[in-house]
Amino acid sequence: MTRHTAEQTVGATRGTTPVAPAVAGRRRRPKGRRLRSAYRLPALLMLGPAVIALLAVGIYPAFFAVNMSLHSVQLTKPYLGTPFVGLANYATVLGDPLFWGALGRTAIFFLITVPIELVAGIALALLLDGTRWQRLAGVVRILVVLPLAVTPTVVGLVGRLLFNRDFGVVNWMLGLVGLGPVSWLGEPIPAMVSIALTDVWQWTPFFALVALGGLTMVPTEVTEAVRLETNSRWQMLRHAQLPYLLPGIAAVLIIRTIDVVKLFDMVFTLTRGGPGVSTELISLYVQRIGFRVFDMGVASAQAVILLVLSILIAQLYVRFVYREVEA
Amino acid sequence: MTLADAAQRTTRPKRRGPARPAGRPRRMGSAVLELVVLLAVAAVLLAPVVWMIMTSFKTTNDTFAVPPKLFFTPTLEHYQAIIQDGTVPRALLNSVIVAVASTLLAIVLGVPAAYALARFDFRGKRDLWFWFISNRFLLPIAVALPFYLLGRNLALLDTHLVLVLVYLTFNVPLVIWLCVDQFRAITRDIEEAAYVDGLGVYGTFRRIALPLAAPGIAVAAILCFIFSWNEFLFALVLTRDAAKTAPVEAANFMTGFGIRWGPMMATGTLIVLPIIVFAGVLSKRLVKGLTMGAGK
Repeated sequence: MTRHTAEQTVGATRGTTPVAPAVAGRRRRPKGRRLRSAYRLPALLMLGPAVIALLAVGIYPAFFAVNMSLHSVQLTKPYLGTPFVGLANYATVLGDPLFWGALGRTAIFFLITVPIELVAGIALALLLDGTRWQRLAGVVRILVVLPLAVTPTVVGLVGRLLFNRDFGVVNWMLGLVGLGPVSWLGEPIPAMVSIALTDVWQWTPFFALVALGGLTMVPTEVTEAVRLETNSRWQMLRHAQLPYLLPGIAAVLIIRTIDVVKLFDMVFTLTRGGPGVSTELISLYVQRIGFRVFDMGVASAQAVILLVLSILIAQLYVRFVYREVEA
Repeated sequence: MTLADAAQRTTRPKRRGPARPAGRPRRMGSAVLELVVLLAVAAVLLAPVVWMIMTSFKTTNDTFAVPPKLFFTPTLEHYQAIIQDGTVPRALLNSVIVAVASTLLAIVLGVPAAYALARFDFRGKRDLWFWFISNRFLLPIAVALPFYLLGRNLALLDTHLVLVLVYLTFNVPLVIWLCVDQFRAITRDIEEAAYVDGLGVYGTFRRIALPLAAPGIAVAAILCFIFSWNEFLFALVLTRDAAKTAPVEAANFMTGFGIRWGPMMATGTLIVLPIIVFAGVLSKRLVKGLTMGAGK
């Protein structure tokens, strides 16, 4: 077989891939066993390196962290050794108001940013999909990708410039309408608003693009049918478009949940968790305990608690979102 | 091209008719409003990046000007300063080395694994696949703490290698996710024909499947590069000097006496520039990488 025909066949059959494997599998059942043993060694050789690599860099460190969390590991006091302390570190973490405070701030941050991103993202997607300025919308579609790709560390640094009290653009614009100046990064609540606004800038496009993907899946017949019934945009959204939006949006919500727990770089460069600890989200707090206080035992216990939390969310995500893929 | 793209391409012409169907009149007002909102959105999306680039070309006096200066005489002094100083170019070089090496390694490890997952049937395949993918959701800070201690014991701290390895935790799952999809899109018949023709399992993989999946592998590689290039937490805690990457170097401008805005924004611009190029190239696929396919 030549490559030329190979490519043609691929092009022709791509549209039917969801069906093809099942049919092929049923047809090949009789000789399946012979194929399987022939493929055993190659499968092992192809999967082995990736499995070993991820075990080494992902799973082993995680177990190492569990082990560390059961010991007292004070890097600044090596003469203490690393005695086994059982669950004492966990008791410390769970009894530590600062840990709960950081977790609480993370929850607040999530509750401020994600609903705004969700609503703004869907609204933007509807606008881009339905506007009569399609050429301009095409340009905006490309621009929307920008915030997602820009290095979060740099986003935080630029935020510092924009939110600067004395010469920042934000205060200048507030001044034009007679407000301010606000000490954005110098006071607790404005600082939280700054990181939230920055996050909204960076992640609203994520919701918008996923929603746009859903909107393009809505069959024309459905929208036409609804249009015959009503002129209301709301009805159109509820009955025709929402069913196609929900799966993607659900997935993004779960991803954002994990992302907020992970969030470190942008906040680190924008506020460093300050002033005080007012914007110290959970990952920043754990990093500070581990790498500025160097109490690795307690930091590990914190990390393990978060790890369990994120594994639960990830499992939810993987089972929930990818069920159809694997079926 | 992926299935989703194809679907979009075929449906769009139908949906984007010449105009709205009759019986749905729109007032001038709403059209103008839409225009204003679209322009405002475009401005907001662009503004921070444009402002960063502009500031990198401003003299220090212009940076501090109130009201902010939109028009100014550009200067290259900040770029000259950071190039002469040498730390930023070195950090950028480190970033290139780490991102390229980790991307290549992730491709070498991930692509064959993806092929095996897409093609061979074996018990526990589904669980193995789930496990690969869930590595993407490991908490970086939970991996960073033990990596720091392990790296210290093995004298790997502040080396390119430690970052290359730790970046595999997010790059390998990404490659596997995207490439399994890509290999599945190739029909089995072609490969079976090749196999029967005597190419063997490896020959079929190398000569038939790899070339056909090449576009998808390229997308995966670019995404790996972007994620590695942007990474900050691991680089911050696992490097100190010799292997320090560009984002860490950029963050360093915050410490010390007074922030040197010009050099900082120039560094930021140099970091973001290649990303903007790649993001432009990928556009739609970037979302696929971020959602691991959930948005398709």
